[in-house]
Parts: sequence; structure tokens; C-alpha cells
Amino acid sequence: MPEQAPMTLFSMTTRAMQAQLVRMNAATSNLANAGSLSSTQEGAYRPIRAVFAVELDRASGLSGVTTSGLVRSETAPNKRYDPAHPLADADGNVWEAPVDETAEMVEIMDSSRQYQNLVQALQTAKQLMLETLRSQ
Amino acid sequence: MNERLFGIHGAALTLRSERMGVIASNIANAATPGFKARDIDFNAALDARINAERGGGAASDPRAGMVWRRGALPTLDGNTVELSREQVAFAENAVAYSATLSFVQGKVNTITRALKGE
Repeated sequence: MPEQAPMTLFSMTTRAMQAQLVRMNAATSNLANAGSLSSTQEGAYRPIRAVFAVELDRASGLSGVTTSGLVRSETAPNKRYDPAHPLADADGNVWEAPVDETAEMVEIMDSSRQYQNLVQALQTAKQLMLETLRSQ
Repeated sequence: MNERLFGIHGAALTLRSERMGVIASNIANAATPGFKARDIDFNAALDARINAERGGGAASDPRAGMVWRRGALPTLDGNTVELSREQVAFAENAVAYSATLSFVQGKVNTITRALKGE
């Protein structure tokens, strides 16, 4: 980022927190779509995941995080035979979104722990900076 | 001038602040695939700073004393951050920062008192 202001501890933590929020949102979307059905294999929901990338600021030596994008998982939707279902196709199958609820919950917990960690680190750094400023 | 007034503590305070940034970077990248955690070897970096200051005021290499953290646990995604370790390092660094800061403050108080002639 050539034109932007040099990265500070504050902007770095902000961006890292934003990245964690994107990750948490992705996992929440997956959970919300767990169990959603479709009448075709292509139409079924596929879980999404945030991909993190390092963002190095050479001026200050800090490395922040960005989300370089969201990827859809390649897992095949689960086929279920349910001819009575209104969405069932000609063969009587419905396609269920391949969401692993446990994995998504763990992802959310991990993300929130890391978010807390960032907040703690930021608080400590801010307190030290204020002490330095207030010293006469 | 800086060194004559504050001794080693001026350089130490800057270094502690830089180390805080490096460790915060590690914490921020705890979930980034392929990220390699870094740290500052405080002794080596401080020596480099002091020598550079004494040797004519040329800026020392900012990467002096920078080391890669050796992880105890290899991970599948190539990330070498261990959160517990980073938290401890961050806390230790914060305490050391406070200590250095109080040395600097003491020095400033002494000089102020001498200037006022109390």
C-alpha cells in the first residue's frame, strides 16, 4: 500500500479485527444455511470460508491481516431420497447443503477467542502509550 | 545527547515499543496460513542500537536482532504462531516497557529538579 499512511498498532489491530469478523460472518452464514435443501446438485448451498493473507508494512515492520477472498468448499451436497418433498427432482431426491455444524461452531469459537486476544493486546498497548504521554 | 541523558533506557524504550508491534503482528496473524512468527532478540538488537549511536549516529539496521520464532508444534497450514506463547511474550514485554519507562521518568524528574534548583 504505497499511498496509504504507515501502519500503526491501532490500524493493524483494526484490520485484523475486521478480518476476524469476516471469518465469523462466513461461519455464521454456513450455520444459517445448514439443512437447506435444493432440487438440483448445483443449486445446493456450499459452505464458504474466509482466506487470510499477510499484509506487510515495510515502513513500520508490522504485519497485518487482510481477507484475500472467500472460497466455496468443494464438498458435494448430500443426496437424500425423499419423494414426498415438494423440492424433490424426477428421481425423488433432494440435495442438502453439506454444512458441518460442529466445525462451524469451532470456527466461530476460535475466531472469537482471537478477536478477544486482539482487543486485550490493543488495550495493553494503548495503556502503555497513555502512560508514556502523561509522564511529565 | 539522548544517550548521555537517558543512558541505555532511551534506546531500550524504542526497542520495547517495536517489539510490542512485532508480537502484536504475530497475534493478529494467528490464523493466517503460512505466516511465520517473528520476534526481536532484545539483547542483540539493543547492542546494535547502542553501537550505532556511539559510532557516529548512523541509523542502525532496523532488522538487527530480528529472529524467527521456532515453533514447538508444526501445523498443517505452515503457521508458526502459538497464541499462548505470544500472550506471555506480550505481557513480559509490557512489564519491561513499564520498567524502562519509569527509569526514563526518574531521569527526567532528576533533571527537572536540578534545573529548578529545588
